[in-house]
Amino acid sequence: MATITGVGAAPLRKEDLRFLTGRGQYVADMKRLDMAIGVFVRSPHAHAVLKGIDASAALQAPGVLAVLTGQDVAADGLGSLPCGWAITGKDGVPMKEPSFPILAQGKVRFVGDMVAFVIAESIEQARAAAELVIVDYEELPAVVGVLEAVSDGAPQLYDDVPGNLCCDWALGDEAATDAAFAKAAHVARLSLINNRLIGNPMEPRAALAEYNPGNGHYTLFTTSQFPHVVRWLMSALVLKIPEQKVRVVAPDVGGGFGVKQFLYGEEAVITWAAKKVGVPVKWVSDRAEGFMSDRQGRDHVTEAELALDENGKFLGFRVHTLANMGGYLSTFGPNIPTNLYAPLLGGVYTTPAIYCNVKVVFTNTVPVDAYRGAGRPEATFVVERIVDVAAADMGIDRVELRRRNMIPKEAYPYQTPVLVEYDSGDPVGCLDRAETVADVAGFASRKAASRAAGRFRGLGYSTYVEACGLAPSRFAGRLGARGGLYESATLRVHPTGQVTVLIGTHNHGQGHETTFAQIVSERLGIPFENVDIVFGDTDKVQFGMGTYGSRSLVVGGSALNKASDKVIAKGRKIAAHLLEAGEQDIEFEAGVFSVAGTDRTKSFVEIALAAYVPHNYPLEVLEPGLEEQAYYDPINFTYPGGAHICEVEIDPDTGVVRIERYTGVDDVGTVINPMIVEGQLHGGIVQGIGQALCEAAIYDDQSGQLLSGSFMDYCMPRADMSPHMDVSTHSTPCTHTPLGVKGCGEVGTIGSPAAVINAVVDALSHLGVTHVDMPATPNRIWRVIQNATLPRALAAE
Amino acid sequence: MPISFTLNGRSRTADVPSSTLVSDLLRDHMNLTGTHVGCDTSQCGACVVLLDGEAVKSCTLLAPVLAGRSLTTIEGLAKGEKLHPMQEAFHTQHGLQCGFCTPGMVMTAIDLVNHNPVPTEAEIREGLEGNICRCTGYQNIVKAIQAGAAAMAASTTAAAA
Repeated sequence: MATITGVGAAPLRKEDLRFLTGRGQYVADMKRLDMAIGVFVRSPHAHAVLKGIDASAALQAPGVLAVLTGQDVAADGLGSLPCGWAITGKDGVPMKEPSFPILAQGKVRFVGDMVAFVIAESIEQARAAAELVIVDYEELPAVVGVLEAVSDGAPQLYDDVPGNLCCDWALGDEAATDAAFAKAAHVARLSLINNRLIGNPMEPRAALAEYNPGNGHYTLFTTSQFPHVVRWLMSALVLKIPEQKVRVVAPDVGGGFGVKQFLYGEEAVITWAAKKVGVPVKWVSDRAEGFMSDRQGRDHVTEAELALDENGKFLGFRVHTLANMGGYLSTFGPNIPTNLYAPLLGGVYTTPAIYCNVKVVFTNTVPVDAYRGAGRPEATFVVERIVDVAAADMGIDRVELRRRNMIPKEAYPYQTPVLVEYDSGDPVGCLDRAETVADVAGFASRKAASRAAGRFRGLGYSTYVEACGLAPSRFAGRLGARGGLYESATLRVHPTGQVTVLIGTHNHGQGHETTFAQIVSERLGIPFENVDIVFGDTDKVQFGMGTYGSRSLVVGGSALNKASDKVIAKGRKIAAHLLEAGEQDIEFEAGVFSVAGTDRTKSFVEIALAAYVPHNYPLEVLEPGLEEQAYYDPINFTYPGGAHICEVEIDPDTGVVRIERYTGVDDVGTVINPMIVEGQLHGGIVQGIGQALCEAAIYDDQSGQLLSGSFMDYCMPRADMSPHMDVSTHSTPCTHTPLGVKGCGEVGTIGSPAAVINAVVDALSHLGVTHVDMPATPNRIWRVIQNATLPRALAAE
Repeated sequence: MPISFTLNGRSRTADVPSSTLVSDLLRDHMNLTGTHVGCDTSQCGACVVLLDGEAVKSCTLLAPVLAGRSLTTIEGLAKGEKLHPMQEAFHTQHGLQCGFCTPGMVMTAIDLVNHNPVPTEAEIREGLEGNICRCTGYQNIVKAIQAGAAAMAASTTAAAA
């Protein structure tokens, strides 16, 4: 019998060897003998009228093949970058959807906006020529913050978007929420910002495009999380070329985190340019360019109010948020602070009435879109912070307050007042376990020890839920999605019984080549080693919506499971013929077809061979071959969640926050590969810690220049500030995904910022501190301590 | 100008402008693309290689520096199909996800262990100051370096025996 390496096993990763030996193939590694190099000329101004471009000197510079500008784009009749979501505001008002040209037309709207593309024989020549492109800008006042952007007299980005307001959007029952507040015994209030982040996958974006005049085919190699969507949107809506003549390949991609799940202007420009100059063209972003052009994340300003009765039961929750979209609408932009935010404001609690208003606002900054978690970390931060504020206000222990309001395990499925129905979960169970693992019982003595050493120690909780596995197409369509959100998988059984899977998700660190092979090994009862996973090439893989929103295993894995069902169903027919039995009498288990109640069997390998050598085969009713394809459209979102407990120690002399302990107990549903899940949780948690403690995209509020534009100014989490984490799972299987999986890519990033900041506030609570905005840098914390409402000497009592 | 040096145990000569960075020399002229470039300020460490056994950031080194010296890149670590103990440890401890920072991490780790054969967790974290990983949260990288250090010590002992 074959050795199955299936669900729950932790085989080492299939993909590791090429990365460990320097044999990965990233876009920047690719070459063509005759290729030219492209460099983008980007706006140095946050807001300016583009009065003219003089490329004559650049065109005469050594090695230059072409300089392309917005005029060329217009002359060729190219389209703009489409927005994939059309949200509708209050009273049915559609969002404002200004054009996002692939090279600037008439105006530039952020520092980094693309103005021209210079193509030359070498990178040195292209860079030198780019310096010679003379752009005549008429500078305009810029606006970078959302509060300023919606103020009277603010600079206006678009003539037809008054007040820079893209959409005034709302979710929930406002009247019911008002009524809840009217009968409240207490109302907790919180103003907060959710800091803007830059995703910074370690591999900068890059693209290589080539055009074959012999057959009219284009090939684009690009750092993308969703090559099929790039092909579709770029061919149909931007370049207006036949989709079947475009191949998009996303080979090894060095991290995504959302940054690479959009159609970028660079991808369209370089594909168009490859035909124009007649040789392959390559562009590799440097890090500075990435800082000013990779889509950024978060950036909310929020006012929240929680109504409670005298026992601390949540009665109503009201949230007003201003969300920054940057200068243009990116692929998913307006969906993130609306549909992926407000539906999560129920958290793990039974709050009966919720109302959320979001004003989606344009500013002169890099467009904002999905970044790991995308909307859900923002929602979790609001909910989990205000629960702590309410607890402090009312003098109720914050864990007790959570417990009083948590949805009990037996109440699932649970319909929230904000669209979503949680299928399963056990927040109380996660919290119980996290408290034990975190040794909360020992906290008081650790705190006393810290205090004796002159340091402040705090404990923070985040008990949270998220929605992922994007998403039921019908549901998404009602919310404004312009595409479907199913996934596809082809399971190709070879004559040997070995298998190639072609799947529409994209692996850029998540370990799909391993996890998906485990699913096939389990379902077909064949060795894990006999399964290879192919992804990322539109010429190989049928179709796919790609990888984002923790959807790959949830949606893609379900498609693969469904394709496995089809292979088994066909195998059963073949077996019935070969074993001269009725199909209904054929059983399949662990790679063996058998006639029920007999010892007559055929192995999976024998069935595969019979399918390809159909000598004794029911050809009248069954086609030869053994290859099945499935598309899976999810029934519901999935709702992973859990309890995170963070313990910090603060040095009051320096303001440095050190994370001393970090505990995560997460419900990600059925775990396929625990090693990979743990790795995803680690990485996610540290990304959330980055938001909480050090990361911030800072723009000069007058000039709109990005001040945090390099790794020297934008603080990425490093090994020495990252904690040792104790992560584990407490799973309730998802009731509607065939494998019971819920997804695990984003949970860490969603749960952790609130846990960290709640710990920081707890550590400083004796000083009268009730809230600290992110990031809690040493500078900020030192100032908070210095400005604390209670004198330090007294507080140290 | 022609520069002669040893690259992964082979004698090589490269004729490149003296302004060429070692990272570009490797990637563009030697076709060794395992050495990655993740930033432009010498912060990320994806480009770390071993020069005469010492970890250096190849994005901050000019090619003429190589003359007469020995350079080892990620491609030169394994002996045939047998991985270096540190590569093996990154594999067994799940110390990599997207793989982009991995070559620099492995090279830095080898240098770290060469200088400190039994590093503590804190020393490892300190030693990774010049390398950024966005995927792993560092925990399994730390574990991998601990395991790699033990395996390197064992293989040295075995070689000496």
